[in-house]
Amino acid sequence: MVPFFAYTTVFLLIPTLVVVIGAFLSGGRPTLGNVRALTEPAVISATQHSVVLSAVTAVGGAVIGAVLAYAVSTARVDGVLRRFVASLCGVLAQFGGVALAFAFLASFGATGFLTTWLAKVGVDTGPGLWLYEWDKGLMLVYLYFQIPLMLIVFLPAVEGLRPQWREATETLGGSTWVYWRRVAAPILFPSFVGATLLLFTNAFSAYATAAALVSQGSPLLPLAIGNTLTSEVILGQENIGKAMALEMVVVVAVAMTLYAVLDRRSSKWLAP
Amino acid sequence: MTSMTSTDGQGVAVQLTGLRRTYGALNALDHFTLHIAPGELVALLGPSGCGKTTALRCLAGLEDPDSGRIEVGGRDITSVPTSRRDMGMVFQAYSLFPHMTARQNVEFGLQLRKRSTQERRTRAADMLDLVGLSDQADKYAHQMSGGQQQRVALARALAIEPQVLLLDEPLSALDAKVRTQLRDEIRRIQLTVGTTTLFVTHDQEEALAVADRVGVMRAGHLEQLAAPEELYARPTSEFVADFVGLTNRLPGTAVDGHADVLGGRVPLLDGSATSGEVMVLVRPEGIDIAADPAGDATVLSGSFLGAHGRVTAETAGGHHVVVQVPSSAVAAYPPGTRVRLTARGDRALAVRAE
Ligand SMILES: Nc1ncnc2c1ncn2[C@@H]1O[C@H](COP(=O)(O)OP(=O)(O)O)[C@@H](O)[C@H]1O
Ligand SMILES: [Mg+2]
Repeated sequence: MVPFFAYTTVFLLIPTLVVVIGAFLSGGRPTLGNVRALTEPAVISATQHSVVLSAVTAVGGAVIGAVLAYAVSTARVDGVLRRFVASLCGVLAQFGGVALAFAFLASFGATGFLTTWLAKVGVDTGPGLWLYEWDKGLMLVYLYFQIPLMLIVFLPAVEGLRPQWREATETLGGSTWVYWRRVAAPILFPSFVGATLLLFTNAFSAYATAAALVSQGSPLLPLAIGNTLTSEVILGQENIGKAMALEMVVVVAVAMTLYAVLDRRSSKWLAP
Repeated sequence: MTSMTSTDGQGVAVQLTGLRRTYGALNALDHFTLHIAPGELVALLGPSGCGKTTALRCLAGLEDPDSGRIEVGGRDITSVPTSRRDMGMVFQAYSLFPHMTARQNVEFGLQLRKRSTQERRTRAADMLDLVGLSDQADKYAHQMSGGQQQRVALARALAIEPQVLLLDEPLSALDAKVRTQLRDEIRRIQLTVGTTTLFVTHDQEEALAVADRVGVMRAGHLEQLAAPEELYARPTSEFVADFVGLTNRLPGTAVDGHADVLGGRVPLLDGSATSGEVMVLVRPEGIDIAADPAGDATVLSGSFLGAHGRVTAETAGGHHVVVQVPSSAVAAYPPGTRVRLTARGDRALAVRAE
């Protein structure tokens, strides 16, 4: 336990404290000015963009990932193939976004090879700028790591469904539809919502993928925060950045708390 | 929705005829035939992998036989889907719906049958009462012990007034004490409701204790089907004699329906080898033991088993013989004691010596 506490203190507690304290300081004095700055149009718009992007890719990723998880569980994939799928998903969920962002740029970007090739055969794909927009290209690219993450997080729940439950339903007179509606769906529901929340926070705090694709402005909260830390243009921006980080910490904390509550319930149901 | 044809106290007959089920090259069921009389409890007993579960699942409709016929109450249901078969099933473990309370689990089948709330409540309360869990109605599976979960599963299966009750090793995940308790209770409840029942187990003691008749299975077919006393006293094959109860294999000579074994003479059961050198299968309680300095056997060990005890001795020929004695007598035969062993004369099965 001691190493665990040391770890969380160094890597979680101290940074959070720095953020929380910094959010209420300006030039060494306590202030609410940083937090007030969160109501500026640019910050509000970045927050909105981040919430919409995260929510859409969380729900989309959750639905598609859940279907894939079910497919994997019924295919009874095991042994080497199983481990391969698991590690592939792990890698994609971690690094998929950035890798795909560059792959996208290389293929569909303004000078990407597919764009060039399509232009040669006479198809005009437009300037390719849609890729750089937060609500089109980014959504697509985010899904690329959200789906594998869902697969990893949700597969144990799907595999926790016991064949006895389906068979008990059948012997009691229920159809497959009854099984899904009355048994499987309610059992999986807390895990599904919990996993969706996890996906939400994952997208909400993702930085690298967005930074790789978005070159103009800071349309998302993580980019805006990064901007205040790296830009040397305006002094005193740093603490506004901390206020934005505080906003982010609060959103993530709320989502993760809900996740923990739901996860506890479903783990009671699905425990081996 | 199927109608409930069974009424309390009046079971229906089950007839399985020539069931075959193969998995690749493996014959899980090989011309399996079994009749269960109305209201009867038949236990299927056999080593792991002999096809017990497959037989039960074929009756439930959860597994399709490759060939053969399944009749319940005189009606051929071979191609009727599980959900229309009116079977109450209790699994080995973990079959309760985890997101429902005990009461909701028990009501589930009645809800599917569109029973009124009033009727459901009453019936669920009756069933939970029958299994002794009235006070646990609002508990979830994860809040109950393994034994309680199995009771709820039994209540849920019986709530729909099934034509047949199917139990697949319902006690094997429980610890020994709960197991015997619940075993006796299952029998009491089965006699109360009178539902025709198939009980699958690999535990011979369990089978002998609950069943009207026990079917010993081997490699996909029934080896012998008989009442517990009969199965124990008159096994028709070496496999059954070995599997049911403890037995000694002792060399002897068969003549005219008798065998000379351990200095005694025992009458032989039908199906025995009738002449020449044989192995006689003698139960521990079919042998007398007496301390005798001139005896040709030596005690190796003794064990106290509650109501009775067992003494193991080695004969001059090097055979180990287990003898049942009153528990108070175990101490009279410390290891090393010279004893005389005599076959008492109960009928025994003799098989050809290899
Ligand atoms: N779904 C299946 N696929 C392949 N083999 C199976 C399957 N179900 C059962 N078997 C095989 O059929 C045989 C009988 O199984 P089962 O009826 O479960 O035995 P028991 O219940 O007596 O232990 C076993 O050898 C088992 O391995
Ligand atoms: Mg079995």
